Amino acid sequence: MLSRTADNLYWLARYMERADFLSRVIEASRRLASLPKTYGGAESEWDSVLLSSGSAESFAASGRPLEEEHVVEYLTFAADNPGSIRNCLYLARTNARAVRTALTVEMWEAINGAFLEMQSFENRRKTTSTEELTHFLEFVKRTSLSYDGGAYRTMLRNDAYWFSRLGLFVERADNTARLLDVKYHVLLPEKESVGGSLDYFQWSALLRAVSAHNAYHWVYRTSMKPWLVADLLILRPEMPRSLISCYESIVRNLDLLARAHSRQGPAQRQARKLHNHLQNLTMENVFQSGLHEFVSNFIGENNQLGLLISEQYLF
Amino acid sequence: MLQFDEMTGGDGHPRVAYQRLSQWLNTVDVQWLSSRREQAELLFRRIGITFAVYGSQEATERLIPFDILPRILSRNEWDRLERGLIQRVTALNLFLKDIYGDGQIIKAGIVPADLIYRNPGFCSEMFGRRPPHDVYVHIAGVDIVRTDDKNFYVLEDNARTPSGVSYMLENREVMMRLFPELFSLHRVAPIEDYPNELLATLRSVSPPRAAGEPVIVLMTPGQYNSAFYEHSFLADKLGIELVEGRDLFVRDDIVYMRTTEGPRRVDVIYRRIDDDFLDPLTFRADSALGVAGLMDAYHAGNVTLANAVGTGVADDKATYTYMPEIIRFYLGEEPILLNVPTYRCREADALAYVLEHLNELVVKEVNGSGGYGMLVGPHASKAQIEEFRLKLKANPDNFIAQPTLALSTCPISIAQGIAPRHVDLRPFVLHGASSVRVVPGGLTRVAMTEKSLVVNSSQGGGTKDTWVIDEVRTENHPNIT
Repeated sequence: MLSRTADNLYWLARYMERADFLSRVIEASRRLASLPKTYGGAESEWDSVLLSSGSAESFAASGRPLEEEHVVEYLTFAADNPGSIRNCLYLARTNARAVRTALTVEMWEAINGAFLEMQSFENRRKTTSTEELTHFLEFVKRTSLSYDGGAYRTMLRNDAYWFSRLGLFVERADNTARLLDVKYHVLLPEKESVGGSLDYFQWSALLRAVSAHNAYHWVYRTSMKPWLVADLLILRPEMPRSLISCYESIVRNLDLLARAHSRQGPAQRQARKLHNHLQNLTMENVFQSGLHEFVSNFIGENNQLGLLISEQYLF
Repeated sequence: MLQFDEMTGGDGHPRVAYQRLSQWLNTVDVQWLSSRREQAELLFRRIGITFAVYGSQEATERLIPFDILPRILSRNEWDRLERGLIQRVTALNLFLKDIYGDGQIIKAGIVPADLIYRNPGFCSEMFGRRPPHDVYVHIAGVDIVRTDDKNFYVLEDNARTPSGVSYMLENREVMMRLFPELFSLHRVAPIEDYPNELLATLRSVSPPRAAGEPVIVLMTPGQYNSAFYEHSFLADKLGIELVEGRDLFVRDDIVYMRTTEGPRRVDVIYRRIDDDFLDPLTFRADSALGVAGLMDAYHAGNVTLANAVGTGVADDKATYTYMPEIIRFYLGEEPILLNVPTYRCREADALAYVLEHLNELVVKEVNGSGGYGMLVGPHASKAQIEEFRLKLKANPDNFIAQPTLALSTCPISIAQGIAPRHVDLRPFVLHGASSVRVVPGGLTRVAMTEKSLVVNSSQGGGTKDTWVIDEVRTENHPNIT
């Protein structure tokens, strides 16, 4: 297939996933920030949201004060933030329109419908209430569900599908890793004795951001322990947003591509290396060598995979 | 001026081809028709949203109005039209081959040399070169009008990158969903094989040196082009890649597209991008839409461009005036389709006549299109006429003038019932390596405003489905004599 088409499909999936992630992080953080200070609620929460969405620097440069209202505006509707939900949906649609023929009707309608609806949210923005924001975030999550469902249920299983899946999982791995990177300090085991259960709300916010709040209990059947939260997000294959689960899917989709093109390349090798690494890892290893180091290293390796995919297929 | 209505003729009795439609219209009421009209609008909005949209506000603007009553041509009328179209496009193609080659028509003194060589549509780059299979105009959209029962006039030969065929196809799909009962009353010639015919045409002109199955692509200027919807629609129907300039590159005079499996050789490019933007090395250096080196590959015979480069000289309004002579010269036949009598303002006598009769004539720029840059004398204000007089005197070569034709009308459905509106017809002619074909029908464009003669979609014109049907046998209809 045309490299540009593959590129558009890959980025379309990444932007849709990113929009979904942003809306979940904002939701979780609003919840956390609204708690009394003694429960861990703090304005600094918004700083970590900016960090995990990778827009802390540009936010600071934009001169906006670090307050909930401004951070939320910056992450949702701001036209000047290349990573805002608005721009994610906008870029997703631009990519989709360019490859209209590679999409199914269902996918296109999900994306185009979302774009039109987002514009009406945008037009009402002056009167945005908290309630309206809740609706908006719900809408974004719904959009990614219908886009994703459309892709899963209607696309032919060929390179177009594999590229769009790749985009989704590379982006998702990046999002989960960034979230861990920002919150690693509340997940360190020794914290339990020091901070006590005050961090509980931090952990639960983290789980909400990756829609795993209930999943935790189903998997561990025990009260919230920070190392288990980390375990869930990194090493549990049954958790769809864990790093290992993302890499399982990445490896599978890259292998399907390699088989169709009868060629294994650097992207396949990099993905398999990372996947093997995760498979042979225990949380003990991770904590021994440092959670922070592990996560920043992973973000780097995951970016490297993105580059290799571009070089190999999207030149 | 007396107008010819295609349904009622002059005398109010339905013409044969429209008999069944007319009877059917008597059985349905206005409200029911209105509800179908709304349904059609809804369908198009959905298709539009599926394909065409630019943004929510623009999306509504971009929806081209559609009228639900079919425009009907009888088989006899169509047969004559078809022969005329094939004749005309065959001649256009021979003309292009000649003027980029020996120039016999110029030597014979039939068309003046400066009209060709100084024509902005003449591409000196093509002089002395031959495109694969000597085909220049692979796809032509010939604009036709009629004034009475018998005569068809050609208004314009679009030989560059004519658009609108997607509307022809979509209109039929929508009609079949809305009015299955009408289709069972009429035997309407199908048009759905157009993509198939187009693909066959493009395959037939693949460069002789291309090995194996030719790789065909559709080249678009990109998603911000107003016809992008049609480009992606056609690529989808043809099952070929929709490429932009940046997807292609040229190495050793061979065109490749960038694919996920590496470079893939391209043999035929159905390009929906103007000559000027094809190759920044040959034409406009500031064009980011084209492919550097494409013309070298073209001249090396390694790729076919459809349509060929330099066809603009054949469809401009100055060359148009010579079409009857061009047909006679190359084919030795009398033209089947008429030319609208045209005053060439470059000729002193004609100019003098035109300047005296500005209020009766339509004056057009030789290279204008889309209904812009023209004066419709009978509908123009004094000031507009005077403004045009100055333009004409300043640069007479740039203009032609024609009498205002009493264009035929067709019924359209409006809120109050049905009403006549002016129409034209753009059939699409496909010229392959060994045959010239037309699918039966075309895009009927209709001026949605009462009395208006402007059918261009850029100026609020709408479209209709166009039916070619077999004649009603008169013995079943004793009322018809």
